[in-house]
Amino acid sequence: MKAYFDHIAATPLNPEALQAMLPYLGEVYGNPQSLHSTGQKALAAVETAREDVAALLGAESQEIYFTSSGSEANNFALKGLAQAYQAKGKHIVASAIEHQSVLNPLKSLEKLGFTSTLVAVDRTGLINPADVAKAVRKDTILVSIMTANSEVGTIEPVAEIAAVCRSKGVLFHSDAVAAAGSVPLDVQTLGVDALSLAGDQFYGPKGSGALFLKKGTRILPLIEGGIQENGRRAGTESVAGIVGLGKAAAVAKRDMEARTARFLPLRDRLIRELPRFVEHVVLTGHPERRLPHHASFCIEFVEGEGMLLLLDMQGVSASSGSACTSKALKASHVLLAMGLDHALAQGSLVFSMIDGTGPSEIDHLLRVFPPVIERLRKMSPLYTQYLKERNT
Amino acid sequence: MMYSDKVMDHFQNPRNVGTIENADGIGQVGNPVCGDMMTFYIKVKDDKLADIKFQTFGCGAAIAVSSMVSEIAIGKTLDEAMKITNSLVAEELGGLPKNKLHCSNLGADALHAAIENYRKRLTSRGEKAEPEAPDLHEHEGAACPYCDGPLDEEAGEYCRACQIELEECPSCGEITKKDADVCIHCGAPLKK
Repeated sequence: MKAYFDHIAATPLNPEALQAMLPYLGEVYGNPQSLHSTGQKALAAVETAREDVAALLGAESQEIYFTSSGSEANNFALKGLAQAYQAKGKHIVASAIEHQSVLNPLKSLEKLGFTSTLVAVDRTGLINPADVAKAVRKDTILVSIMTANSEVGTIEPVAEIAAVCRSKGVLFHSDAVAAAGSVPLDVQTLGVDALSLAGDQFYGPKGSGALFLKKGTRILPLIEGGIQENGRRAGTESVAGIVGLGKAAAVAKRDMEARTARFLPLRDRLIRELPRFVEHVVLTGHPERRLPHHASFCIEFVEGEGMLLLLDMQGVSASSGSACTSKALKASHVLLAMGLDHALAQGSLVFSMIDGTGPSEIDHLLRVFPPVIERLRKMSPLYTQYLKERNT
Repeated sequence: MMYSDKVMDHFQNPRNVGTIENADGIGQVGNPVCGDMMTFYIKVKDDKLADIKFQTFGCGAAIAVSSMVSEIAIGKTLDEAMKITNSLVAEELGGLPKNKLHCSNLGADALHAAIENYRKRLTSRGEKAEPEAPDLHEHEGAACPYCDGPLDEEAGEYCRACQIELEECPSCGEITKKDADVCIHCGAPLKK
């Protein structure tokens, strides 16, 4: 049996999105910037997609800028806003658990004379808005805090943080890549100035993303060239990708409630039962304030990659934040920022559900999981050490 | 797949997993900070490795490496076993992914540590074998903690092979990666 639990890495393309894309990979090959009818047909499709993405966020369509990914949207927001507002100040606030596509732009901005402060999180990965308020200085121009964390599922108090930023007169960007399309987000209610999303996190195509930027906000382009995306993001539009993103956004808006209603009991069952099937399993992230499709754990005395490989042989696809599974061979900065020790962080395991995940997938996972862990613990010197200490 | 068939075979069916009661020597290298930790137990008879058991906390490569080392070394004399190198083990496994060469490929070191532990015990007879403190590989000059290669003195604390800057950890004094958050040996946070 195949059981895919890696939503956070990629979701399958929604069949409606695929159908919507096909003409733009075929007969409608025009450039949206061309005046002729072949081009205008492509332009119309791009603008419909823009409306659909705007509708998902409660934004206006001219506030949506298409990008190649969530990472590009984050880079665009951080670098573009920092450089547009640097006359006002050169300090940026973010959190310690942001995605690399926020943290690394901050590092390169430091080389340009910017400084940044990373706000700490609590044991559940939650950011305290009061800590954000404390971190904002006179020369702060931008705060960037994620909407939800993909590794631990915790949903941050974005509206409260936005209120802090408004009262301090600084811009607020939120990386909503893990959350957009999965939980209701309304940019008006939240009060964000900028927000990033990625199509592949809600059944759209890979290579599609967008940045919401509130009307009247200045930004410098990351990619310079032609007049596409209102001159703020040059390059011929990836028409099929944009159309797929738009359709996925429309489907997400329509199906969000139904999807959530299906995921919640499955998620809660996994969170409840996994620690019953195997000893020494710790939930990571917030127990309630978390993404509906997301259950994450640390399994003591074992390392993530071994678990992933053995689970894969049983048809289960999951992911991990252990050092060994990352190409950089560093344990997840998210888990370490939450105060988990290195050994525990190495046993990180994330199960995230997709459309089509049902009770039988959970049954399968709960069936194959205990023997996998037992096998790895038999090999683990840490487990032997633990047993020895327990028995003395 | 990032791993060779041989690595996958040793990962799925690791040889010689376990511990030995009253082992003649015990060696341990690595720690959970860098992701891998290996403990080797040996039984020695007539100066030969009569039995080897290991336990490994770590990735698929680390488990496969430990298994391969045990398979190569069983039956060898202690001197022969001391000549087994990490790169030979990687070769026997049909190669390892480049980024795994550093961390997981410590199997030979762990075996050597067990042999050294046995020899030390012989000279101070009667003592019970105890695991040595982690991180036993001593180098004549400074070496890169990832590839074990010598550091170029002219280039400062820099490994030309891995192209990374290194520094001495202020807590444990070992050489570690410069722009990392924590020391890969002792886990102490590194100041920026």
